[in-house]
Amino acid sequence: MDQVQHSKPKLLWLQSITCNGNTHSFLNHPDLFSILSHFEVVHHPVLESDYTIADLTALKVPCDILILEGSFVEKGLTKNGVEVSQMIAHYGNEAAHIITAGTCATFGGIFKQKDPKHISGFCFDHEQQTKRYEQFASKLISLPGCPIHPRWLSYVLMMLSRGHDIALDTLHRPVELYGYTVHTGCTRNEYFEWKIDTKGYGLKEGCLFYEQGCQGPYTRGSCNKILWNDTSSKTRVGTPCFGCTEPYYPKNRLFVTRTNMGIPATMPLGVPRRAYLTLTGVVKSFKIKRFSQRLLEYDQ
Amino acid sequence: MTDKKALKRESIIQAALQLFSSNGFHKTTIPDIAAKLGMSVGNLYNYFSSKDILAQEIIKYTSEVLGEKIREVNMLDVSAKEKIHKIVEIYFSMAQEKPEMIEYFLRVYLSNREVFSDGCEGMVCVSGFITEIMIFFDDAVSSGELRNQDFFSAFGLFMGYLGGMVFLKGEGVLPKDISYYIDDISRNIYYALKA
Repeated sequence: MDQVQHSKPKLLWLQSITCNGNTHSFLNHPDLFSILSHFEVVHHPVLESDYTIADLTALKVPCDILILEGSFVEKGLTKNGVEVSQMIAHYGNEAAHIITAGTCATFGGIFKQKDPKHISGFCFDHEQQTKRYEQFASKLISLPGCPIHPRWLSYVLMMLSRGHDIALDTLHRPVELYGYTVHTGCTRNEYFEWKIDTKGYGLKEGCLFYEQGCQGPYTRGSCNKILWNDTSSKTRVGTPCFGCTEPYYPKNRLFVTRTNMGIPATMPLGVPRRAYLTLTGVVKSFKIKRFSQRLLEYDQ
Repeated sequence: MTDKKALKRESIIQAALQLFSSNGFHKTTIPDIAAKLGMSVGNLYNYFSSKDILAQEIIKYTSEVLGEKIREVNMLDVSAKEKIHKIVEIYFSMAQEKPEMIEYFLRVYLSNREVFSDGCEGMVCVSGFITEIMIFFDDAVSSGELRNQDFFSAFGLFMGYLGGMVFLKGEGVLPKDISYYIDDISRNIYYALKA
């Protein structure tokens, strides 16, 4: 390897209990190799890298930036006979930055369901700090998502490679990415404002918050700002947001809005129930013709 | 608005409320209301530009007064069963002490829809009251005390019942004082809605 390459930050991608979803999502980044060219990829689960799994488990790999993927368990998950938790502790200490990529690594996520008592995120168990938090908090960046959007990770990596500070919230999520709700930028916002529900999945018209279980108004994420495949998002194509970036993901009955006597059980983020209900009562009193019509009258 | 103006505005609302409720909306004129208050017709128009607008402001006002009382019940840390009892009590004691408020709702608001069609569409002018009823239902279903169902099927049972009783009182056909019915009616509503 030449001198220039060695001066680049060393990037180590380490997997715990995972479905590979974040790994694969990142492979969809249109500028993947351009981004990775700013780093020395010392180990990656599917890309060719400098060190083997044997080097990794021997705790011999240098590491500046550690990307963790998958839920965390203290005991019982080994690679090459070595506890993954031990590897994470070692490389976590070595690294200048730790990125938990995905909801599993950040909060526990899907794989926590298997053994909720023992499986968690690396530094958070849902929203609670784990015992590792104190030790690693100063270098921790949370990127929840199931999976993460490739551009969320590239944003963090490029900021780190240029030595920029990343503003984080209390759960260590970059504010630039998670300061918004998924509702922000949804093409159905007019229907939300006028409380017009959609008549089915996949339709262009109507809002999915009232019947179809959309969690966009109280889920932090920029899915409707930084589009998936640079093209679209779940809610734009007519599928509810499942709240996959949230500490308590996954919830059940994802396609149904839970209501109490017709009132949504969860309010939009930070909106007092009285304010929401007052607004809803007023808005529902009006019938706006445009919102009751199809956008494209294909079937007429 | 200065305090003095706000007080004057409220006194107009209350005078008009009484006249509309007892004499009917169409038989009550702006000069009647002004005369009751000892103010000039011209000055009254400074506060409300038309009789229709005054009528709309009155329904907002009564809805907010009632909503404020139910809000106090919603803030209490008591069971839904007790809250139902308190709401029935509030509604019936209002019918006793300020009959014009409930009469206005039943005999002016519900009976003269054309007056309210532009400005008080749907729930626009009664949202102060409806919002608190929604919050009561939401809490009671969340706590598992009341059965989850469509809002209007529950709302109709609760408020239709109370409105009906007050209407019968207004017609003078109730053999007993309306407060006599509070316990039984509260129990009936609770058993009809409970989980």
